[in-house]
Order: sequence, then structure tokens, then C-alpha cells
Amino acid sequence: MPRFVGRHVIRKDGYSKATGHARYLDDLSFPGLLYARTIRSTIAAGRVVSLQFPPASAGFTVVVPEDIPGRNTVALIQDDQPCLADGVVHHAAEPLAIIAHEDAERARTVEVGVTYAPGTPNFDPQQSRRVFKDVAIHKGRTSDGFRQADLIVEGEYRTGHQEHLYIEPNGVIAVPADDGITIYGSLQCPYYVHHALCALLGLPASRVRVVQTETGGGFGGKEDYPSIIAGHAALVALKSGRPVKLVYDRSEDMLATTKRHPAIVRHRTGVTKDGRLTAIEIDVLMDGGAYCTLSPVVLSRGVLHATGPYRCDHVSVTGRVVMTNTPPNGAFRGFGAPQTLFAAEVHMDRIAEQLGVDPVRLREKNLLRPGDTTATGQVLGEDAAALDVLREAVTRSDYARKRRAWRGTHKGIGLSLFFHGAGFTGSGEVKLQSKATVELTPDGARIRVASTDIGQGQRTVHAQIVAEALGIPYDDVDVIIPDTSLVPDSGPTVASRTTMVVGGLLKRCADDLRTTLGRLTPREYVRRHGPIAVTKQYEPPPGLVWDDETYRGSAYGSYGWACDVVEVEQDPVTLEVRPTKVTAVSDIGTVIFPLGARGQVEGGTAQGLGYALTEEVVMRDGAMANAQLTNYIVPTTLDTPAMDVVFVERPYAHGPYGAKGVGEMPFDGAAPAVVNAIRSLGLDVREIPATPERLMDAPAIAARKGTRR
Amino acid sequence: MSRTTQKAVAFELNGEPVTLRVHPLKRLLEVLRDDCGLTGTKEGCGEGECGACTVLVDGVAVNACLVPVAQVAGATVLTIEGLQGRHPLQRAFAEHGGAQCGICTPGMIMAAAALGPAPTLDEVRTGLAGNICRCTGYEGIYRAIRKAGPRGSKAKARTPRSRS
Repeated sequence: MPRFVGRHVIRKDGYSKATGHARYLDDLSFPGLLYARTIRSTIAAGRVVSLQFPPASAGFTVVVPEDIPGRNTVALIQDDQPCLADGVVHHAAEPLAIIAHEDAERARTVEVGVTYAPGTPNFDPQQSRRVFKDVAIHKGRTSDGFRQADLIVEGEYRTGHQEHLYIEPNGVIAVPADDGITIYGSLQCPYYVHHALCALLGLPASRVRVVQTETGGGFGGKEDYPSIIAGHAALVALKSGRPVKLVYDRSEDMLATTKRHPAIVRHRTGVTKDGRLTAIEIDVLMDGGAYCTLSPVVLSRGVLHATGPYRCDHVSVTGRVVMTNTPPNGAFRGFGAPQTLFAAEVHMDRIAEQLGVDPVRLREKNLLRPGDTTATGQVLGEDAAALDVLREAVTRSDYARKRRAWRGTHKGIGLSLFFHGAGFTGSGEVKLQSKATVELTPDGARIRVASTDIGQGQRTVHAQIVAEALGIPYDDVDVIIPDTSLVPDSGPTVASRTTMVVGGLLKRCADDLRTTLGRLTPREYVRRHGPIAVTKQYEPPPGLVWDDETYRGSAYGSYGWACDVVEVEQDPVTLEVRPTKVTAVSDIGTVIFPLGARGQVEGGTAQGLGYALTEEVVMRDGAMANAQLTNYIVPTTLDTPAMDVVFVERPYAHGPYGAKGVGEMPFDGAAPAVVNAIRSLGLDVREIPATPERLMDAPAIAARKGTRR
Repeated sequence: MSRTTQKAVAFELNGEPVTLRVHPLKRLLEVLRDDCGLTGTKEGCGEGECGACTVLVDGVAVNACLVPVAQVAGATVLTIEGLQGRHPLQRAFAEHGGAQCGICTPGMIMAAAALGPAPTLDEVRTGLAGNICRCTGYEGIYRAIRKAGPRGSKAKARTPRSRS
């Protein structure tokens, strides 16, 4: 019987957070601190003719591109984004210079004049001529598949930007050291920042140190962006020789930092009269914004999830992500999959309508089962749980009865079936070569990983895994704060990989140590033999093969499977749609930390409900026009319905204790389930957020056939 | 803010009398964090929308980012530090999923403390409507508040309701 895995434990950071003792970035101070502010472009495209700074006597430290000792780039994938725009502006709110002062108020209010020669921006991805990345997946021959079809259903689906709205804005402190720099920051990926700073500052790895501070939410918004803000603070710190704090206020954070990629997804599907999918053709267009950032991998994940969890012999998926003159879009929980799964699942309900079959029966007929192959040719194992989660969700929610009973009322019900690959896409994990370390101490064990706890419970889950494997109490496992001078590179804290991949490395470390310990306790062992640490490096599970060129093979080590049923009510006067209940059934493999897993599903679902209904980023002249909480509407207590959260555990053979990933999948399903619930009200919505304005414009669903049962 | 405009402001902070020389329009949030060193109160938006800076002034939950310090002269101010880790809500939030990233947690606990013991779920949802949590979907927070309540808490029936 497991003692800690799958059991209730108290999260490692629970008390410090509930008492206010947990120290976030803005809670820290250093002697001689300067406060920095970013000077940003107010145009979306053009040239900077001149910058007018206050006189030197005013005591400001100013950093411009000429002050950059290394390469003026945010090193990530294509290195196309400058840390500070060097004369040419590609988007609004682009950083031009950094100004700092020991008086925070003066730094905040000082005026810096900028003279521009404006250019002509492009805000429409469909008009863009710059493609950051294109991807194609082909299986079978869609022309054959369409010949077998009795009916072809086409549709175009659109999703908007979304703001992460972590409650703690982006912030860092840079502290100059004798021969280098230390960064404290609210961030997800210490080694991403480390890598970017070495390039920017021209420093060797040993002279850059990155320390995570308690992080008040990330959701992907602190995956790539901290490399930029850390670079800015570091440049000021090196120039002034003083510690520098750079913290965004809410408005700047919303205006300048990354968002979820807007997408346009077109489907063309062949289906037989009895509901078998014969051909799937999908085209995905994503708006990357002005620079590449993580767009290629976001697109890749989007395309790999674009068919939804369905089997079909003839599939063609093409996708591209293009440049527009808007702030760069980046990582956000789900990472491309929410956009394409929204399209797939709304399209599925439209196919059911046109065939006159029940949406659940259409899904049952086509969903991926163990032994089926995905669009990339991956053969699914016994843990492919699509049918299990669908049946459980339909039964628990009383879907069929409610759908019948509510017809013609203001109440609606809809569902979505979805899957999510855990870990880096394709060969990503092999390239990352992640490492993790466990050491024995007189008090038990200590975990050294670069994985960050951003609220998702990394410290707790990792400690549970190590305690279980070592056979020592959970309370005796210590998890040190990620600090690149103390932890190996465990890869970034992204892609639902922290439990499955890094947790898996930790289990291997702990298994080895347990053998070493024999019958001794850690205290006895350390006393007799001295300290010992074990480090393990990632090795792919047997049979996991992927080809980056052809997009064939195993796109992910494992997939989670889930079904959301959303119930809604529409106000007949304002047309506003409100969710009233969510039933969320998920397979994430073995659940390690039940309370945390449940919290991930509840929180991800709530964020997805906001994406579906209220969270509209209004872009005007290439900048977010509603960059404030007053009119960017995220769900409050009164907008978030009761949730019935259930786990159907289908263990993954190569995950620690059978665990898969959990963080992202819960986001994927809410939006299509909401829109399918709105369809049950008779409104044809193909774009989110489904605000009352969009609902007013939505056509009624034409002449629906009676649902066959 | 210039020193010449500083004034003495006296109030009770977490049970102790304090007198500070500060600009009377300085935000209570900054006074607490910078002048009093109490960083448990967080800034999430600075516009009174997120509730991360919730503190109790004479027992009423307010957004400290919207309150000029002059307004609390003579009042009692209670912050998360004033609960001293002994309030049942603190333990319940820590142990029952009320806190994930934790940045909204101090404000959320203060707002919940203002609800009094054993609030109904409707009272909780209404009372916390000004406190945004981006992690939990609020369900973990409701569970924590229910756990904190005395035995036989009224907050048992979970009846989802649309906004009235």
C-alpha cells in the first residue's frame, strides 16, 4: 500500500502562504536598490528617430542597446527578438530603453521623449507574409477518405488572445556580484533565464545565477517572458553597480507581456451516414505576434491535437504561425491545443447535428481506443481512456436526460471530449537531457531540481514521490528552492512534464538510494558513510520514436484523456450565458496528490470558462486597449459554477507510480463544452469568447433534424 | 512623495498603536508594505479589482490599494500578520487546497475572516466576489472555509446560482 502517493498530504508551501510569510519578488529588498522602468514604443511599426532622457545630473541610470555587452537578443528559439529595440519597432509596447532611480516614484514618473518615423503595421495574420513555422501531418490519402464519405462538413472556428492574469505581475531583482550577476525572479524556468542572460551579457554560465522567488502564478506567462525582464534589470545592475528591482504594474503587464495565440482553424470532414469519420482535413493559422518566441512549438502542439481524440485513416493537418505587428504571443496553459481542440469539438457537434445523430454516439463511434493509431501513426497503449471518461461524464452529469428536458428552454448542456500529450513534443525530452538529484541528509532527503512551484504543487508532488520510493516520512523530504548554482537543469516547468518526467527522474534517484540504504535510515547512513547524492538523466521509454521532419511517430510519451460536461443558462434579455455546473472527468494516470490534482482541474476549468465567455483582449492599433482588470473580465466567485471533478485512473507504464501530466489538460475542454451547450440553445457560435455581443450576432441553427437515439 | 507634506497618522495596527509620519494620501497598501514592513498584504492590480491587498479596517474588508492612509487615522487595521497564524482559516487554507500560488491567499483569508463563522456558500460567494483567484476555480477556497467553520457549519449545501 502506498503511504504518500495518492494520499492526502499537506502541501509543502501551505502554511507559509496562508500566514503571509511566503516571500514573493516584490517583498524583497536590497541595500542601495534602484527601481527600474521600461520605456516602450507607442507605435506598432516604424523607426525610433531619437530618445530624449533627463540630464545626467538628475541621477538616473539609463540603458540603451549600446550598453549591451553581449548579443542584443532574447535567446530562445530563433533569437530574432532584441532585448531592446535597436532603432526599429515591430510592435506596440516594445522595450526601447530602461531607466532607473533610487526613488521609485521618480523612476515611475520621469518623462522620456521618443520621436518616431512611423511605418505601416500589419495586424491581420491572414495578410502576413512572414511565416515563423509551418507544419504538416499526413496519414493515408484524404482524397480516398472523402470518396468514402456520404456527407462532408466544413467549418471555420476562431479563438482570441487570452491574458494569463497571474495575480502576481512579472518582476525581477538583479544583483551585481563581483564577477557576474544574480537574478531573483518570479519565473517558471530558471535555466531559460540563465541561457538568455549568458547570451545578452556575454558572460560564461558560471557567472550568471538565477534564483526563483515564490511565484504568484505563471500559466505559461512566466515561461519565456522572464528572460526579457531579467535581461533589462541585469543591464541596469551591471551599468550602475547596484541592485535593481523591475516590477510591472498590472496595466504594463497586460500591455507588454505574452498572450495566448489567436487562431483560425478550418475543418473539412468526411463522414458516412452511420457516423464513421472517413477523412479529416484541417488547416490551422496562428498569430505569433511580432517575434518568434515559442510559436513554433505552440503551433506544433496545436497541430498534433487538431483532430481531437478521434481515429481516422485519412488525415491531413497543416498549420502555420505568422508574424503580425502585435506584442509577441507565447506560452499559455495548453500551448496551442486549446485552440485546435475548441475547433475539433465544436465541429464534432456540428457533424452530429448534420447527421442527425447524438453527439455522444458520434464520439463513441470514433474515439481513440487502445491499439488505435493517431494522426502521426502512434499506436496507443492500454491507458487510452477516451471511452471511459466519456461514459463516466455522461452518466454522472445526466447529460442525455437534461439535453432532452431542457430543449426549448433557456438552459443548455454541452460536452467536449479531449486529450493532452504530457511532456515535450516529439524528440523534445531527448534533446532536453533533463537531470534531477536526490541527496541523503541527516534529516532525510533533499530534492534538487530546477522545476519550480508556481502554485501547481511541484514541491509537494516531488516530495511525495521521493518519500514513497525511499520509504521515509513525507515531512523528512526537503525540496530546495530552484537556484541555478545549486540545482541541475531539470528542464523548464512547462508542458505538464513536472510530475511525469522530472518526477520520474526523482523516483529513479530515490530507488537507487533505497538500494544503497539497505536497512539503514538516512541519518544512520550519513553518519556511517557520509553524504551521498544520486543524479539521473532523462532516457526515453523504449519504443518512443519520433521524426521531426515527417511528423511521424510517437508525438508524446503519454496522453491524458478527459470529458467536460458544461451546463449553462442564458439570460433572455441580456443574452449573457452563465455556466451553472461543470462535470469534469479526467484520466491523468495515477493521481499522486489528490487535492492538488483536483485543484488543477478546478482552476484550469475556471480559466477555460473565462476563455469561453468573458476574457476578450481588445486590440486597438496593435495594443491591448483593455489592459486593466476593470474591463478584462476573469471569472470571480460569482461567475464560477460548482464543479464535479472525478478521476478515472489509467496508469502510464513509464510514469512515476503510473502518473501522466495534469497541469494543462483541464484548460482544453471548457470552451468547446460551453459553446456546445450554447448550440443546444439553438445558437451557432464559432468564435470565442462568446460574449453577449457575439451571441446577438450568432445565427440560429438551421432546421435541426431530430436527434437519433 | 515629498517629506514636507508628511503628517503624523495614528491608528491601531494588528492590536498595537502606531504613529507614522507619512504623506496622508499615500496608499495604505504601501504604508503597510514599505513603512511597516508587513509584506503579507499583496498588490495584484492597484485598481481595487483583484482583492489581493484586502485588509480589515474596523472589521470591514477593504482594498488597501484604494485607501489613503489618512482615512485609517483612529481606526483599527488588521492584516494577515495580525492573525498570527492562529486563525482557523489559515490552517484550513493551508491544508485543504485553499492556497495554490498563494498570492491571493492573504487577501482571500482576510475577506473570508470578515464573513464571520459558518457563512453559507451563498454568503461566501458574495463576500469573496471582490477577490480574484486565478488558480483554484474557488472550489478549494470554499472547501477550506467550510473546514475552518465550527462543527455543524451552515455552509454545507452547495447550490450553484447565477448572479442575481
